[in-house]
Amino acid sequence: MPYLGGEETVRELKRALSNPNVQAEPLRYRNTVLRVVRAMSQGVNVSGLFSEMVKACATVDVVQKKLVYMFLCSYASLNPELSLLVINTLRKDCQDPNPMVRSLALRNMSNLRLPSLVEYVEQPLTAGLRDRAACVRRVAVLGWAKLYNLQPGSDIDAAVVNELYSLLRDPDPVVMVNCLRALDEILKEEGGVVINKPITHHLLNRMKECDVWGQCEVLRVLQRYRPQSDDELFDILSLLDASLVSPHPPVMAATLSLFLSLCADLPAVSLAALERVSGPLLAACGSGSREMRFTALCHIQLLMRSVPGLMGPHFKRFFCGYAEPAYIKQRKMQIMVELVNDENVSMLLDELKGYCTDVNTDTAQAAIQAIGHIGRSYSDRCLEILTGLLGLKQDHITSAVVQTLRDLVWVCPQCSDTVCSALEGCEETLQDSQGRQALLWLLGVYGDGVSSAPYTLEAFIDGVKSEVSLGVKMELLTATMRLFLTRPAETQDMLGRLLHYCIEEETDMCVRDLGLLYYHLLKCGIEETRNVLQGRRSDPSLGVLIGRPAQPISQWACSFNTLEPLKKGGTVTQTASRGSPEHEASKPKTAVELPETLDCSHIHTDPPDSASTGQRSDSAAELPAASLTLSLSPTLSPEEFERRWLQRCSLQSEEAAEESSDFLQTEERICCSAVLQRSPQTLQAAMQLVNIQTLAFTPPSTLPWRVFFYTHTAGTPASTLILGELLYAGEADPAPKDEEEEERKADGEAAAEDLTGRKDRQVEVKVTLKQQPKDEEAVRAFLSVLSTVLHTLSSERHDEHAATHL
Amino acid sequence: EICLLFCLFSLFRGIYFRGETGDDVVNVFYQKVTALPGDQPPVVMVTYLHFLHIRQGGLYWVATTTADSSPFTIVEFLNRLAALVKDYCGGLSEKSVQMNFALIYELLDEVLDYGHIQTTSSDMLKNFLQSEAVSSRPFSLFDLSNVGLFGADTQQSKVAPSSAAARPIQASREQGGRSEIFVDVVERMSVVVGSNGVLMKADVEGEIRVKCFMPSCSEIRIGLNEELSIGKSQLRGYGAAVRVDRCSFHQGVRLDEFDSHRILRLCPSQGEQTVMQYQLTDDLPTAPPFRLFPTIERDGTGRLILFLKLRCDLPPKSSAVNVCASVPVPKGAVSLSQELSSPDQSAELQSQNRAVVWQIPRLAGGTQLSALFKLDVPGLSSASMLEVGPVGLSFELPKFSATGLQIRFLRLSPVQPAPSQRWVRYVTHSDSYSIRI
Repeated sequence: MPYLGGEETVRELKRALSNPNVQAEPLRYRNTVLRVVRAMSQGVNVSGLFSEMVKACATVDVVQKKLVYMFLCSYASLNPELSLLVINTLRKDCQDPNPMVRSLALRNMSNLRLPSLVEYVEQPLTAGLRDRAACVRRVAVLGWAKLYNLQPGSDIDAAVVNELYSLLRDPDPVVMVNCLRALDEILKEEGGVVINKPITHHLLNRMKECDVWGQCEVLRVLQRYRPQSDDELFDILSLLDASLVSPHPPVMAATLSLFLSLCADLPAVSLAALERVSGPLLAACGSGSREMRFTALCHIQLLMRSVPGLMGPHFKRFFCGYAEPAYIKQRKMQIMVELVNDENVSMLLDELKGYCTDVNTDTAQAAIQAIGHIGRSYSDRCLEILTGLLGLKQDHITSAVVQTLRDLVWVCPQCSDTVCSALEGCEETLQDSQGRQALLWLLGVYGDGVSSAPYTLEAFIDGVKSEVSLGVKMELLTATMRLFLTRPAETQDMLGRLLHYCIEEETDMCVRDLGLLYYHLLKCGIEETRNVLQGRRSDPSLGVLIGRPAQPISQWACSFNTLEPLKKGGTVTQTASRGSPEHEASKPKTAVELPETLDCSHIHTDPPDSASTGQRSDSAAELPAASLTLSLSPTLSPEEFERRWLQRCSLQSEEAAEESSDFLQTEERICCSAVLQRSPQTLQAAMQLVNIQTLAFTPPSTLPWRVFFYTHTAGTPASTLILGELLYAGEADPAPKDEEEEERKADGEAAAEDLTGRKDRQVEVKVTLKQQPKDEEAVRAFLSVLSTVLHTLSSERHDEHAATHL
Repeated sequence: EICLLFCLFSLFRGIYFRGETGDDVVNVFYQKVTALPGDQPPVVMVTYLHFLHIRQGGLYWVATTTADSSPFTIVEFLNRLAALVKDYCGGLSEKSVQMNFALIYELLDEVLDYGHIQTTSSDMLKNFLQSEAVSSRPFSLFDLSNVGLFGADTQQSKVAPSSAAARPIQASREQGGRSEIFVDVVERMSVVVGSNGVLMKADVEGEIRVKCFMPSCSEIRIGLNEELSIGKSQLRGYGAAVRVDRCSFHQGVRLDEFDSHRILRLCPSQGEQTVMQYQLTDDLPTAPPFRLFPTIERDGTGRLILFLKLRCDLPPKSSAVNVCASVPVPKGAVSLSQELSSPDQSAELQSQNRAVVWQIPRLAGGTQLSALFKLDVPGLSSASMLEVGPVGLSFELPKFSATGLQIRFLRLSPVQPAPSQRWVRYVTHSDSYSIRI
């Protein structure tokens, strides 16, 4: 930053510093030094005063010493030769009887950052490690880290490392913690300070003596330790339990981090820890410091990915304060959306409604989006609020509402009538391109329901020459084409004009190409055009809001207590779409790789039981899932499903054992206790994770219990459609079980399954699959995916039981 | 590790702890933060740099750090640092920071070494800090109001001015500053009242703070209401129970008499510390302090008429001060005419906030005020009424604690080196008090 009169000031200060009269009076001398440092901190370049300041260093006045050192450390790298002069004073100070002076000298000596001075610094640092005063030892320990970072890669003296390790037993807790920090930096290339069993227990025992910062540091370092036995692990956990609910958020967060890393293989214990920590986290959400609130909120979002219901009873804590900054309000709204249920929905909507007219446009738009999300489950109430907001005729609100309606209608097609009637007149208020694109999309897709649609489009087409937004032009083309298909008489003329403009006059290549494409498409005939443009209007499978699947903790554990969750949109819970929803949906859903989404540890304990297919998959480790891609599109309506299912039934009875070449039916039993008690939503959500669409359920805990589902397998040699049924008729079905058991024993793989299986009352669910065309490979792969899902659901239930025992 | 740390005001100050980063970093941050309107979230990233900042006392307190460091630790540290600066400089403002920069440098030097937090305890720090604080407050005759005849301290004044605790803690040594101890019960209410007057949500976050100006203090004992109960189930005594849901204590508090007699024992260190924190959720022992009865109409000429009655339901002896009601009004409101019930009140239309702000300096318990606002809103429609959103109320309730928590006594141990004054103060702030219309 330029500072007026900078040079003048420096000259004047130089005069004052070298004035013997000033030097003679301690107070005046100190004040002059003070002025130098003040100028330095304001950005004036005072490096020219270096030699004068070196002289000012030789004083008994500690305050002056401190100020001079501060100056010297900032400018030493510019004056390496002159800095040599300071070293003598500093070394002398290191012998001073006053420990404060010793530590000051030592600290600044190591802060000079001049490689040429290293040889002078080493000796005082070595002496400092054995100083009587703790404050000197603290400085000396970190001094070694600074020294090492000055010459990275140089061999560090093994004796120093040993001495630092032995200082971990220093009576002063800060020295101990500093040793951890210094060793961590010095041994960076070898993976940091070594944490073995004695060190771990020593650190745990001394944690009580440390202050908050020291405790955090110890907890961080301990993450590297792996206990050797379960007993040791639980000893450590019970030692840490008190700090898990510490009133200091840093300690609480660091402890939870450590818990999660220690219990990576014990999901039940981790979940119990999350429950425990929710109290202190909520308290931090009400902290007086808004930055702390924000930090806590972001981490609560992280926790809720694994325990969606964690904050359910506390939903009121996430109501926004009216003076809170927008960034906090947005996070709170994201959390509120997740907590909606039948009891609190009206309260939450009332609250969110108040935010929709917030002065801050970002907050208002976020609130509108949040209401749209709740609308996926409670569409009537939300539509009422959203359409009411259109009456305000404010551009940012209307834009957000229209975008939200578009996203809502894509998920809940039953809303389309209300949406259509709300759209009339919106175009007058819409200003921004996002909002207009959304409106155009709606008019194109649902134009048959909006009487004024052609007139609205005509107004857009008349103004297309002055339109600047590329997105709007593209959307306009598509919308006009679509409307032409449903209302040809009214649209034909304007479509012609628009195509003419796009092809002949438009300068943007994207728009021109699209225009040409549509032109040629129309030439191919109206049926072709219809096939291309009138695709799906909705995708209800996106609409699951309640019972979102719980992610395993391991997915986010490593980013807990880092800056990651605080970054913008760190955990975007919304699939919030910019641009048409189709574009979102038409992206091929990537194959979900199972080991990532589902906890593998369970796969090993109960391998998928695929005995009755005859050809069992060789081992559980070799999951074919990776090569299998499942997808939900094209959608199968329930009626279509029923038709095909019944058709196949009759076919089979006719042809008895003879299998038609394009069709495969297979039955299978999967052991999975507790799946039956799962709510349909959970099951549906879990299935959707791996792209299996469930179509119909019996209510939980009724017999016979049935679930119907379907999916498409894509890939070699051809994609197939799989229809399936899960059936559990009751307990009385022992015969096949015994057979299976024998078969399993013969294969010599039974031990593990028996352990997990027979203790609990095991339930076998019958799976019937019908596939077309036939592809046994794919069916086997699919079965293993399915059984993994079911096992995971069952084992989660196990964990919950375990958690309640804790 | 914290690589660099600075507080910003009109000019910048910087202290660098690891030397890898240069002066331009400060400018980078400043430009990034000031370029965007409104408040920025605490984490700001510029290419590879991570800035974490808090705002206190009108200053930005900024640390640069690595992506994997703990945000809880750094935010808490920055808050603690701001509190320390406040303790040592006697206040937190651009001016006090500028005047005491040498002291702050000294403080930072002791608190952080090579980006590692060393200590933030004022007991440890006081041995190392040598500079004296420069108080930014000019000498004022009002400061002498506590001093009796012949300069002797009197016990007659029962109330300490609210500014009494805003002075540097170290001044007590040389300047013969009074040896005082303040125990404050500070509570923050966040309340939502529904449009039908029903209490939708009422949370109280409270804390007991001790601010000690004594250079060395032996043990003090703070007695709370004996009938104080913690948690939902526990009930004590038969009187009007005082209840909190959760509480937590400072590390240094000894609780051996807490269960039996609700007494906290501690040896306070110099400066301010939070001794106890507590929360109460959804259960106020008394009626909410304010009720609002709004009437909103459109008259024939397209004007919006707001008639507000604000009733203060505090006990008659208490009163609320600095009450400020902010009423959101439709966009495009151009002019405001007002009828207020007394001349000390004021109201204005803040068009950038789209709100009418009604200020009431003092409102006694059990009284009621009314105000009539007429707004010209071009193009007012029935839908515009939606925009007259929840009214936000901010206020201070001195000598009042919303939970009913009281300090029964404050005893210093008999072996106090010098006679000292003890002060107990209560205040309840509005964290967020909104009333739906």
